[in-house]
Amino acid sequence: MFADALAMIETAAHLGPPAALRRDKPIPFEVLQEAAPIASGASVAISGLTKRFGETPVIGGIDLEIAPGSFVAVVGKSGCGKSTLLRLLLGLETPTSGRIDIPEGTTARFVFQEPRLLPWATVVDNVTVGLGRSGTRSTRRPAAAKALADVGLDGRGDAWPSVLSGGQKQRVALARALVSRPRLLALDEPLGALDALTRISMQALVERVWRDQGFTALLVTHDVSEAIALADRVILIDGGRIALDLPVDLPRPRRRGTPAFAALEKRVLDALFGGFEGGDAI
Amino acid sequence: MKRFRGLIGWILPATLLVGWEALSRLGVIPANILPAPTAVAAALWRVTVSGELARNMGVSAWRAGIGFLIGGAIGFAFGLANGLSRFSEQFTDTTLQMVRNVPHLALIPLVILWFGIDEQAKLFLVALGVFFPIYINTLHGIRSVDPQLVEMGKTYGMSGAELFSRVILPGALPSIFVGLRFGLGIMWLTLIVAETISASSGIGYMAMQAREFMMTDVVVLSILIYALLGKLADTVARVLERRTLAWNPAFEGV
Repeated sequence: MFADALAMIETAAHLGPPAALRRDKPIPFEVLQEAAPIASGASVAISGLTKRFGETPVIGGIDLEIAPGSFVAVVGKSGCGKSTLLRLLLGLETPTSGRIDIPEGTTARFVFQEPRLLPWATVVDNVTVGLGRSGTRSTRRPAAAKALADVGLDGRGDAWPSVLSGGQKQRVALARALVSRPRLLALDEPLGALDALTRISMQALVERVWRDQGFTALLVTHDVSEAIALADRVILIDGGRIALDLPVDLPRPRRRGTPAFAALEKRVLDALFGGFEGGDAI
Repeated sequence: MKRFRGLIGWILPATLLVGWEALSRLGVIPANILPAPTAVAAALWRVTVSGELARNMGVSAWRAGIGFLIGGAIGFAFGLANGLSRFSEQFTDTTLQMVRNVPHLALIPLVILWFGIDEQAKLFLVALGVFFPIYINTLHGIRSVDPQLVEMGKTYGMSGAELFSRVILPGALPSIFVGLRFGLGIMWLTLIVAETISASSGIGYMAMQAREFMMTDVVVLSILIYALLGKLADTVARVLERRTLAWNPAFEGV
């Protein structure tokens, strides 16, 4: 029913270029002029992508094809460049060289590590931020209310963000990202600051909305078990390059602790630490 | 119980007032040094009936209001411009900071030479005094807006105007209110000094004239009226602040 309600505003939401690309500065990379695929997830193609901050290379030549509607998790140690990769994809950073191809007209949304809610706007007004300029006065609030219901925050629309718990704030941030029915959703360690129990319920929530709405999901995380629980494909970044590209075809919903789950987890961890147990913190 | 707690702060002033009246009646405090509260109340009645009070209060309030509007508007405009534009800040901030270090009341002799004791003199001084707290706090407010929220706004496709009205201005508002309240304080202070030194109307003039005729009761009354007006302006600013900043946990339930 969430989908039905949003289908009405979806047409309006897709009129312009993706929000992240709709910026004052010219788009620093070429966007393919091809028509968007019929599937609701957007495809992403990256070739020869590099990024340097001054003299320091952060991303050193990445090639990657992401299938529409798939769930890709990017893992790696702190400072490996995984967050930079995500920010490059969404146009928050400009690449030093290389191409990023996302179909034109793709609504792309970013969920930050912090909720980044406007403290002076009520919960529902924070969610309408995600609609951009689309919708009318009479459709925006109902759409936001539906998005809130979808993340389990029914009826909290009039609350101030300051009264919410950390997990609830991140749910509002998720609703803000989902309200425009994005075709590409980037999540930059969105659960990193939450406690263990809240994390698990939030992971289930992210998986559910991804299955309901069929967007392409890109999740950056430092939690290998989270990556394997959620993703179709786990990409390990090390030193700004792809060190491992591992398909995960476990049936959903996935249960941690099964031998197959543990085996995949071990493969990623081994690749992370070069075959040694322990080592530096991720 | 709750009602009693609200009254508790008034016990001390009431006691002082009663003590003051008693000491005056006993002749311990001579009337030409400090008149009794009842004498001040009588003076209030006298100047109210004669229309003197209403006229002078009106003049003072007008000067305060117009001076505040002019100085506040200019300070706010510079604060916005310098908060939003690096070029504007580099161009004007050094000059403004230099001017700020001149105490504006030190300009009174110069201002009298320029404007005489006309209205412009008072308006100029009030506006100058109000300008800086509003400018500094607006600038600081805009500078301290969370850059993560600004990035969020840009990522979610806000235009420059939307970013300003939905993120930057609300974020700067608590600091702007601090400037507003400072500005109101300086507004009265400046006006009192200006009216006392050079004026032909207003509360300060009323006090100075009363001094010439040794009407201590009117002098004390004028001081009390200034205090009252200052308190009134501050209360208005606080009510405005609470209504606007209802989202802020620091103001919740205040």
